[in-house]
Amino acid sequence: MDLTINNENGAAVARLRGEIDHHTAKKLRTELDKYIINFRPPALAMDMSGITFMDSSGIGLILGRSKLLKECGGSLEIRGAQPYIRRVLKLSGIGRIVRIS
Amino acid sequence: MKVINEIKFIMPSLSVNESAARAVVSSFLIQADLTVEELSDIRTAVSEAVTNAVVHGYRGSSGKIELTVKLLEGREIYIRVKDSGCGITDIKQAMEPLFTTAPEEERSGLGFSVMESFTDKLAVRSKPGKGTVVTMRKRLRVHGS
Repeated sequence: MDLTINNENGAAVARLRGEIDHHTAKKLRTELDKYIINFRPPALAMDMSGITFMDSSGIGLILGRSKLLKECGGSLEIRGAQPYIRRVLKLSGIGRIVRIS
Repeated sequence: MKVINEIKFIMPSLSVNESAARAVVSSFLIQADLTVEELSDIRTAVSEAVTNAVVHGYRGSSGKIELTVKLLEGREIYIRVKDSGCGITDIKQAMEPLFTTAPEEERSGLGFSVMESFTDKLAVRSKPGKGTVVTMRKRLRVHGS
C-alpha cells in the first residue's frame, strides 16, 4: 500500500496504490487524517486508479475521511475507481454522501 | 456435490493474513479459469469473511482461522471460513446492512451485504463462545467452446 498526497493547483490529490483492506486501511487512515488536520484542504480528491483491491474496509475509510474533512470545512471526491471497486462503492450507497467521478 | 479439488488454509487471526487468504484463493482458483469479475467477487467475499473473524470473532484475543475452498463439479465454488472466537449472539442483526459493533474502528457494517451480493449463497452458523462458520457458494459462468 502506497500513498502520496500532492497539492495540484490549489487542490489536494491523494494517490493511493495497492490494496485496501482492514489491515492497510489503518495506516491510510492515520496518514490521511494527519494531512487533513494539518493542511485543512477545502477539497481533497482520493485518486483510486492505482487500487487493485478494495473491500468494505475501504467504505469505512472513505466515510471517515469525508466526515473529518467536513468538520474541517472541506469536501471529499473519489476518482479513478476501477469497475470492481465501483461495485463495492455502489453497493454501499456512498455516492449519496461523497462525490464519485 | 462432487468435489473436484479442495484446499484448506489455517492461519492465525492477524490482519496481515487478510491479504494472504485472498492470495491463496486466487492461486487455487487459477485452475477454474474464472473471469476477472468472478475472481474479484470471490476475493472480496473471502476478504470480508476473514476480516470479520479477525475483527469480531477474535476481538481482544487471537486464535486460528480456517479457510476451505472447494471446486465442485458443475463449475461451482464452495468457500468456508471458520473461527473459534466469541461467536455471534444475534445473527439476524449482525447481517443487517450497516449494523456494526465496531464503529470506532470505522467498520461500515457492510461485510455480510458484500458477501451476499458477491456470491450466490451465504450461510452463517454461530454459537456464542464457540465460534462462527460462514459458508458461501458461487456458480461460475460456463465459457463458450
